[in-house]
Amino acid sequence: MARIELDLAHAYKPNPRRDEDYALLPLKMTFENGGAYALLGPSGCGKTTLLNIVSGLVRPSQGRVLFDGADVTGRTPQQRNIAQVFQFPVIYDTMTVAENLAFPLRNRGVPADRIATRVGRVAEMLELSGQLDRRAAGLAADAKQKISLGRGLVREDVSAVLFDEPLTVIDPHLKWQLRRKLKQIHHELKLTLIYVTHDQVEALTFAEQVVVMTRGRAVQVGSASDLFERPQHTFVGHFIGSPGMNFLPATIVDGQVEVAGRQVGPAGAALQALGAVMLGVRPEYVTLAAAGAAGAVPAVVTQAQDIGTYWLVTGRLGQSGDAGDGALVRARLAPHQAIPKAGDAAWFGIVGPHTCYYRDEQRVEGATA
Amino acid sequence: MKPVNQKAWLLVLPVVLCVAFSAILPLMTVVNYSVQDIISPERRVFVGTEWFKAVMRDDDLQGALLRQISFSLAVLAVEIPLGIALALSMPAKGWQASAVLVLVAISLLIPWNVVGTIWQIYGRTDIGLLGAALAQLGFDYSYTGNATHAWLTVLVMDVWHWTPLVALLCYAGLRAIPDAYYQAASIDGASKLAVFRYIQLPKLRGVLMIAVLLRFMDSFMIYTEPFVLTGGGPGNATTFLSQYLTQKAVGQFDLGPAAAFSLIYFLIILLLCFILYNWMQRVGTQDKESGHG
Repeated sequence: MARIELDLAHAYKPNPRRDEDYALLPLKMTFENGGAYALLGPSGCGKTTLLNIVSGLVRPSQGRVLFDGADVTGRTPQQRNIAQVFQFPVIYDTMTVAENLAFPLRNRGVPADRIATRVGRVAEMLELSGQLDRRAAGLAADAKQKISLGRGLVREDVSAVLFDEPLTVIDPHLKWQLRRKLKQIHHELKLTLIYVTHDQVEALTFAEQVVVMTRGRAVQVGSASDLFERPQHTFVGHFIGSPGMNFLPATIVDGQVEVAGRQVGPAGAALQALGAVMLGVRPEYVTLAAAGAAGAVPAVVTQAQDIGTYWLVTGRLGQSGDAGDGALVRARLAPHQAIPKAGDAAWFGIVGPHTCYYRDEQRVEGATA
Repeated sequence: MKPVNQKAWLLVLPVVLCVAFSAILPLMTVVNYSVQDIISPERRVFVGTEWFKAVMRDDDLQGALLRQISFSLAVLAVEIPLGIALALSMPAKGWQASAVLVLVAISLLIPWNVVGTIWQIYGRTDIGLLGAALAQLGFDYSYTGNATHAWLTVLVMDVWHWTPLVALLCYAGLRAIPDAYYQAASIDGASKLAVFRYIQLPKLRGVLMIAVLLRFMDSFMIYTEPFVLTGGGPGNATTFLSQYLTQKAVGQFDLGPAAAFSLIYFLIILLLCFILYNWMQRVGTQDKESGHG
């Protein structure tokens, strides 16, 4: 087990010049010993590259990787003592399930009785005990992935266990089970786990700390509630939540925040010097307000959908006559209130304790008055 | 009861006719010859299974069959491991990969009789690179005079000619293994030998089956190269089955025994094909069961 510190950048091409040449832009990050982390981001954002740099499969083109303060940048995964599970199941066809699970231990010369106990334990955790003597090649995809997971967890002295979207090939109901299993294993074994995924639910339920990545950058590291309540970057606002955060263009005029030509509230100290900002508010915190209420803006409802437990109402900012090109605002509304229909004029309350302000995609601290 | 549509017979008739003229009738001619003693085009005597019995008892044929089997087995024993080793050592990407692929494939592009001629010259002790080199080193090398030398030269020639095929098949098989397997093996701390034993070899099973089948059948029917190189000699040290057959049929004009032996040869090959094909099919379905990868 180890505390992992990264201070690096990586480009697959030689001589990177522009930001686009980098798979990973310069970043500094620390994974604490025994933590459960998730790297979350869309495809191609660099999360797998980052994972492979931690494991040692990829050597960063600049910077260093430290394990417990020791520089391991040039070391192989084996020397770093890393376990990694890949997106698609990797099994050794000619071996039985038990032999597959024992393989990482056998390669390291662990005594046979110790191997037997570990394999038994891991098989039990993953509910593979009944299939230990079967040939691994004949099993279904999810059983094979369990074997891959098992091979990742079978060594108890590993620095960290890395998962690269390990549940992609698993059925949805098993996915949920396995995810809970992994969490349980984390509690039992106290290993450092790093989990790569593009699924926010997976990341937020699995990890204590989620690293949100986009286009080679780690834009925010935080707990589920940090990411939800205080997105540091507009990307986090968009990416986390369903639907994502509303972003409305706002201007600061005479110490007041103005959205769509209407004053919605006083601007905080940090906003005073800024002319134009983005107002960010989660659909969960958008409310229906009385006409002309403080902190509310008028809009024309364009769509109202029943999503079962809530209504998703979309409106275009502006009065009913001149609502041609106003920004869209979405609200998640509880079904017990009067839901406006498409075409109705409505007032949406957008300013509250959860409202954030952004300038150049970054959150402005101390923006609320 | 389902109505039977007899029109189908009419539709398959063209195929039946084609196959009849191209395969069945020639084959039946051979069958016809194999049960007759043809003294002259006008005089022929029905002899029943006489030729089959005679051929089976023929020492020359038994010798040729034995030589043939040992040759084919030697070909497999050398070419398969050598081909795998070659494929493993070939570069995986870049211009080096393309260059090596072309170099390796060159010998496959040379016509059989040219291969024989190349080696005929190559092995000469006066002007051939191999022969002269061996002579210089003090070996009394002669593929025309020494039976063992002749047999070994034919074997080395076949290895030179056909190992690249095995290597290319294995190379393709190796390239088809996803990177994740190597990454997982590296994470699991597997040695190079373990990677070969548990990843590469099992994943190559399919292409190896094809390579074994092709090389076995091909070497079992080898004719041109030894014919050009040694003419089957010295004595009959390099007379393999097809050459023995040609000598009987075209050289001595013993149509009856030659026809009888053709049929036996045909059955041997058919049987071996059948066994190998079924083996491959089984390997194929096992791979399908295993699903991914």
